[in-house]
Amino acid sequence: MPSINATMSGDHRACDARFATAEGAAASGDWTQAAAEFAAFRDAMERHLKLEEEALFPAFEKHTGSAAGPTEAMRMEHAEMRDLFERLAAAAEARDGDEFLGLAETLNLLMQQHNMKEEQVLYVLMDESLGSEAESLLAALAH
Amino acid sequence: MQQPGLKLEQAPPIAVPFRFFLTAPLFLLAAAALLAWSGAASFDARATPAALAVTHLVTLGYMAMVMLGAMLQILPVLVGTPVPAARAVAGAAHALLVVGAASLAAGFALGQPLATRAAAWTLGGAFAVFLVAVATALTRVAVRSATVLGMTLATAALAITVVLGLELAAMHGWGIAPPSFALRELHPAWGLAGWTGLLVAGVAYQVVPMFQMTPPYPPPLARGFPVAVFVLLAAWSAAAWHGDVPGLEATLAVLLAGGYITFAVTTLVLQIQRRRRIPDATLAFWQIGMASVALASAVWCVRAVRPEAPEALDLLIGVLAIVGGAVSVIAGMLYKIVPFLGWFHLQASVGPKGAPHMKKFLGDSPQQLHVRVHLVAVAALCAAALWPQPLVYVAAAALGASALVQFRNLVLAARFYRAELARAPATGA
Repeated sequence: MPSINATMSGDHRACDARFATAEGAAASGDWTQAAAEFAAFRDAMERHLKLEEEALFPAFEKHTGSAAGPTEAMRMEHAEMRDLFERLAAAAEARDGDEFLGLAETLNLLMQQHNMKEEQVLYVLMDESLGSEAESLLAALAH
Repeated sequence: MQQPGLKLEQAPPIAVPFRFFLTAPLFLLAAAALLAWSGAASFDARATPAALAVTHLVTLGYMAMVMLGAMLQILPVLVGTPVPAARAVAGAAHALLVVGAASLAAGFALGQPLATRAAAWTLGGAFAVFLVAVATALTRVAVRSATVLGMTLATAALAITVVLGLELAAMHGWGIAPPSFALRELHPAWGLAGWTGLLVAGVAYQVVPMFQMTPPYPPPLARGFPVAVFVLLAAWSAAAWHGDVPGLEATLAVLLAGGYITFAVTTLVLQIQRRRRIPDATLAFWQIGMASVALASAVWCVRAVRPEAPEALDLLIGVLAIVGGAVSVIAGMLYKIVPFLGWFHLQASVGPKGAPHMKKFLGDSPQQLHVRVHLVAVAALCAAALWPQPLVYVAAAALGASALVQFRNLVLAARFYRAELARAPATGA
């Protein structure tokens, strides 16, 4: 059975690929493609974030007995990412290349350091502590 | 289940890393000035007082300066545990490192044992504070990942470098003979191929895929490299210390250099396969850095196998590894770290919608200017290592220009941060 870490890290990479395509399109001035690719990226990210916030984090919090701590910090960074999604969508709408690429650079750093914390620490702890529960969570993830 | 050490949100105050980052280019500028002042004497041989002074202005004043500041910043992210008393540790380590690097250079350049003694005390203090704080953080990690192992080995290599350096300082400052003159080989080897190389590799496994979206490093390389380098370095040190097994020292040196060539070439190949194709100064600095590391390692192989090869090659190895390798990678990293931290702390104060994006802190063209000037400096320094007269002055001028461009760029970013913070309504920090 694949671990939470393997599954969720794989999802990170899939989102990254969409992000890079959207950014590349914006850099070459192809705004139709940039807007479409960005929308696809944002949808994929929303699914990923929701899955964490509504399934994985609560299960982990139940286990640790606390909603404070690492998951709280992750939720805060999710909110920061969503703000950048909003501004990126507006920049794509306005076809503002400098704004879009500057925001994209910022989002990439925020997203990647966030993923690093999850992949290096949080998912590892989840795999260790959730055990068999992880299986059902991952099954839910597949849908 | 409590995770007392696990605080994924922990970022130290912005002043913790920034004081290190803004000081570093000034030491690079000082190195360039000293290079111009001492002229070809810096390049007569590896261990002339002038060469040692210039080298330590770069390795302590620039490299260690940024590496210490960045490590205090990045440890919480990489291993999920904060450095205890980060603000006090940063304040003490920074002040002692500034005084120590300057006094050591003065001790060498002016032949003043008193300055060397002051340097031994202050540098010993700076690294002791830093090492205790980082070792404490590393023992508290929640997950013992490969990254934690890499950071632990890099930190251990730093501790060894410092002890070896203090032995050499006892010789220069107090006239106490070191236990072996092999220390003069061991100290730079642990500092460059140990501490610096292991830290760069440990960071590379995380940031090379993340900045440019490249495929990940092959797991055997990512996991095996730090351990292999550490063990080879220890074995090579023993061989160099005893010096009685013919060929062993050279064989181990070639293996070690081969390891670094593999790492550098792998990084370059991964970067060719990157998904993010937009031009990026950090990528250019990494490419200059990795090409330099591969070349330095190749020249080191030649020197190890053929001791009769010209001694000027030692200088070339030093220039390639230090200015071409470490200084380039560090410069590239700063152009991600500084704007990101600026944005991160600003949005914490003014809210995400009000915080300008990273490229407002520093645009692409000032960064690209630095890439070009720095590349000229590396090339000129390599040429000056082989033909010191009169190229040393060209090299000094180019290195000084690179330091000035970098200083200006970092100050622009820091000023933008301060201006934006002042404009913001007085909430939070």
